[in-house]
Amino acid sequence: MATRQTQFLARSLLTPAVGLLFIWMIVPLALTIYFSTLHYSLLDPGSEAFVGLENFRYFLTDPAFLASLQNTLVLVGSVLALTILLGIPLALLMDQPVIGRNIVRLMVIAPFFVMPTVSALVWKNLLMHPVSGLFAWIALLFGLTPIDWFNDVPLFAVILIVAWQWLPFATLILLTALQSLDEEQKEAAEMDGASAVSAFIYITLPHLARPITMVILIETIFLLTVFAEIFVTTGGGPGLQTTNIAFLIYSQALIQFDVGSASAGGLVAVVIANIVAFFLVRIVGRNLEA
Amino acid sequence: MARMATTQRVVISTIGAWFFGLLIFFPILWMVLASFKTELEAFAIPPSFLFFHWTTENYATVQERSDYLHHAMNSIIIAGGSTLIALLIAIPAAWSMAFSPTKRTKDILLWMLSTKMMPPVGVLVPIYLIYKSFGLLDSRIGLVFILCLGNLPIVIWMLFTYFKEIPRDILEAARMDGATIGRELVYVLTPMAIPGLASTLLLNLILAWNEAFWTLNLSTSNAAPLTTFIASYSSPEGLFWAKLSAASTLAIAPILVLGWFSQKQLVRGLTFGAVK
Repeated sequence: MATRQTQFLARSLLTPAVGLLFIWMIVPLALTIYFSTLHYSLLDPGSEAFVGLENFRYFLTDPAFLASLQNTLVLVGSVLALTILLGIPLALLMDQPVIGRNIVRLMVIAPFFVMPTVSALVWKNLLMHPVSGLFAWIALLFGLTPIDWFNDVPLFAVILIVAWQWLPFATLILLTALQSLDEEQKEAAEMDGASAVSAFIYITLPHLARPITMVILIETIFLLTVFAEIFVTTGGGPGLQTTNIAFLIYSQALIQFDVGSASAGGLVAVVIANIVAFFLVRIVGRNLEA
Repeated sequence: MARMATTQRVVISTIGAWFFGLLIFFPILWMVLASFKTELEAFAIPPSFLFFHWTTENYATVQERSDYLHHAMNSIIIAGGSTLIALLIAIPAAWSMAFSPTKRTKDILLWMLSTKMMPPVGVLVPIYLIYKSFGLLDSRIGLVFILCLGNLPIVIWMLFTYFKEIPRDILEAARMDGATIGRELVYVLTPMAIPGLASTLLLNLILAWNEAFWTLNLSTSNAAPLTTFIASYSSPEGLFWAKLSAASTLAIAPILVLGWFSQKQLVRGLTFGAVK
């Protein structure tokens, strides 16, 4: 009797959250699917008509789609590579006996708490401005020609900004994982005469495998939809050079007001994200059982 | 000999760690410095590092010209409101899943996680059109609502992993002693849940404060939080570096402090308990 009561209570406590998330997931997604089959432009209201898969054909064969897909992959791949390849040595360094480690950690983690619009504008102006930016001044000090970041290498400039924002995340997670590594295991390896390098390869790296996987998956989810950094620095340009899929869909929806095509694009983005999410959910789920 | 090596190691790793720490922190430091310069000095080449005419006029100007406080208030209401509502919905759900799990609990948790994986841009069109027809564009309530839903899965997950750690024996002992569910909640569960609740609250305040997809797309002026307000400095006529820096410093300062307090929880919250 008591258990049935508890079960009933448990279920009624759970219902609001499940219901809200269900509506939040189903209603907009169903509408996106519905819109994606319509010819629907906000500039031409009342002309909605069913066009089947025409929007998908249009979106997927648009040269802008291929360009933005490529930009998305380059952006995600480069930021992942930068944050992990720099994050591992940085975490190892901070795991050493460092005087004032807490302060160093505060400095390293700080960029993660800076809102994207602030980091993008500070980097674009104060640091990367081709004439008055700090980087230009440093280049001149060394007798080099300053780089016009957002004209010459716009995508790379965006990558640098986003990598700066995510490096703290990777470092912090790897550092947390390192600190849970069994000290005795490391000491035993040292006693057995293992070199620092082989101890790293055979003990530390395997221990870091799971946190690295988590970093890759979580960053990928967020990096696939990088938006604010592009919005305030380049607006997707010059040309399409910094347009990623998220920005392409945004511009089709809210600049060109082409609801049908933007919805088709939205579904493409959902499919891409779901491929990553599939692996992430499996890994987290395995952890839940342990 | 061994001691020597250790001292040497400490010195080298300390210098290295401080060097890279300062390098990573530098853009923020540079921004804060620029906020105390005049516009001319902020633009000057070669740049001045410490020996410039320190001034606080930028901070005054930012408030006078663009009503900074209005946007700060929006940020507080939107981030705070969405976090509190999310907590109200999430606490019962997480409590129920942690203490009365059924065989479907795991599936429900993973399903909730998967809703967080949906790229916001995938539902931008319908949300925008729904908001437009209900007059929710550029409204605080609209942003509170969407950020609350967006963060709800993380809130539930974090609370779940914290509640899971509360020993069940204590609850059973309380039940044996005849404690009602109400008393159990107030006297047993709450004191032990407070640290977890606080961390969840903190992390989600930070996430909501910095959210820059929905806020940029669904707000323009009235309801614009600081993310949107700062974005307005991207227009070519708004290139006032000192004022941009002052506005930015004010926008990130409170959250930087909160963030520093919650770094441990950050790892746990953002990896859904997989890395602690």
